[in-house]
Amino acid sequence: MTTTSLTVSSPDPRRQRLIRLGRRAAVRLGGGLLVLWAVATLTFFALRLMPGDPVQAILGGPSGNPTPETIAEVTREYGLDRPLAVQYGLYLARLVQGDLGVSYSQHMPVTRVLAEQAGPTLELTLSALVLAWLLVLALTVFTAGRRSWVGRLASLAETLCAALPHFWLGIVLLAVFAFGLRLFPPAGSDGWRTLVLPTIALAVPLAGFIGQVTRESLELTLDQPFVLTARTRGLSDAAVRFKHALRHAVLPGVSLSGWAIGALISGAVVIEVIFSRRGLGRQLYQAVQLQDLPLTIGISLVVAAGYVLANILVDLVYQWIDPRQKETLA
Amino acid sequence: MSDLILESPALPLRTQRRPRRIRLGASLAIGFLTLVIVAALAPQLFAHGDPLAIVPRDAFHPPGWAHWFGTDQSGRDIYSRVIHGARLSLFVGLAATALAMSIAIVLGLLGGLGGLRTDRGVGWLLEILFAFPSLVLALLFVAIFGSGIGPLIIATGLGAAPGYARMVRGQVLAVRNAGYIEAARALGHPTRRIIWRQLLPNAMRPLIVTLTMGVGQAIVWASALSFLGLGARPPTPEWGTMLSMGRDFIANAWWLTFFPGLFIVLTTLSTTVAGRYLQQRLEGRLT
Repeated sequence: MTTTSLTVSSPDPRRQRLIRLGRRAAVRLGGGLLVLWAVATLTFFALRLMPGDPVQAILGGPSGNPTPETIAEVTREYGLDRPLAVQYGLYLARLVQGDLGVSYSQHMPVTRVLAEQAGPTLELTLSALVLAWLLVLALTVFTAGRRSWVGRLASLAETLCAALPHFWLGIVLLAVFAFGLRLFPPAGSDGWRTLVLPTIALAVPLAGFIGQVTRESLELTLDQPFVLTARTRGLSDAAVRFKHALRHAVLPGVSLSGWAIGALISGAVVIEVIFSRRGLGRQLYQAVQLQDLPLTIGISLVVAAGYVLANILVDLVYQWIDPRQKETLA
Repeated sequence: MSDLILESPALPLRTQRRPRRIRLGASLAIGFLTLVIVAALAPQLFAHGDPLAIVPRDAFHPPGWAHWFGTDQSGRDIYSRVIHGARLSLFVGLAATALAMSIAIVLGLLGGLGGLRTDRGVGWLLEILFAFPSLVLALLFVAIFGSGIGPLIIATGLGAAPGYARMVRGQVLAVRNAGYIEAARALGHPTRRIIWRQLLPNAMRPLIVTLTMGVGQAIVWASALSFLGLGARPPTPEWGTMLSMGRDFIANAWWLTFFPGLFIVLTTLSTTVAGRYLQQRLEGRLT
């Protein structure tokens, strides 16, 4: 980047930045752990406040028909005869060991269900995130700041995309491309062809939201003096937009990515149900419908953990792109 | 005087350049919202049919003169159902937003005005609520408290509350040291009166726009939950429930899902466009 004489005279700025970044990562991770602990605590007490017998919930809900022996066994095993504080301690100890209980609709440990279902959901949300950003770049970079019908049309497209609920988009895509034109399979989760329609349904509304923000900041950036400087150096319009303006303009979009991941996870629940895909979202939906509490809570906790981690990551990426951000302990 | 001179060359130019587009979009949006509100208050004005009337021999009629939006699997008129559905969908959206805002105002005031410790506590609570994606939070709530209209409103409101609370807190912090607050304090007004008469109105002003758009978002989220079968029970005319009912027939009867969805889209779009128009008017940079 800079000349060698500069880097020698002052302490390596790149290393300093890494150290600062590492410190911030540690602080944020510590905070994230505390939040997760609070989340787990809250769910524990919400469950205890719930009407109904927890033993019955563990043994298969209202439909299960346990014998008195199994009831006694579960009561002892889960320490339900002991004081609440001890129960809470046991719960946390199990959680730390990665024991989330046994799903009573699937009859296997919640962690195994999670391990099986996380892959397809990650695949779907990541491909949707990538597609959304590609759409944003395609829509905004070339059209921002041009006071022509192109810019207006693109801006209108973004507003329209942002207003499209993914569940409706999913149904329309399903009706047109799966049942009408028979281009893609309507359901399933094997192979890239099953991934196309769900990814589009998730990505388009997201691209609308990120696109609106990115366009606004890109238009502000293109008015900045450094853009004029770059132009006077004889850079082509495309080079100015991609090399100089974009780096500044993506910042609001990146900081929105934390929110976007949440929206993607929420959307994945609905989209996985519509397209009958395997995944955490559909599993969570089924667990709620079957009143499978261990599975519901297990998935929610893991999703929350993933979401908190992703937000920390976004924060770090943000700082990496924009070193002007002062280190703050938030 | 100098202000006028500075502003005058810029203003007429901009108003000349694109006055019609924004007015057109905004008036279309406000017009559509008005229609939806009227439909919610008096559905008989638009649809004479009974949204629940079952006519088995009229099942699966495609859109046409007799049934503008077609009929569903039991021969119910989709147009009547969409019009009658506006009431519940709008009510859920408004109620959820009101709930979210009430929570947000309490938390925001506590955070912005309370001491350092209270602020930390509020920040914590928000972080915890923020740890769940909104639909997951809503699903968790439904899992614990059951489904229905009430839980639907609460779940949607809870999902939206942390975002609003963060904004309210920021606004309260920004406004609390303003001159007029100090003036009111110097005049000896009681704190409660200052909060209600000065602080809240001023802090909330920028949030009006967010709220307008928030109602649209709340309708979408509530529809998503209804779509998953966790809200209103079929055959209640509600947009999300209608989508959910029509899902089984998308292969051969697209109109069952298309029209309720279209109304959700148009409502969200209208709240967004109207909200932006409102924002420009409030900020006084109407172009």
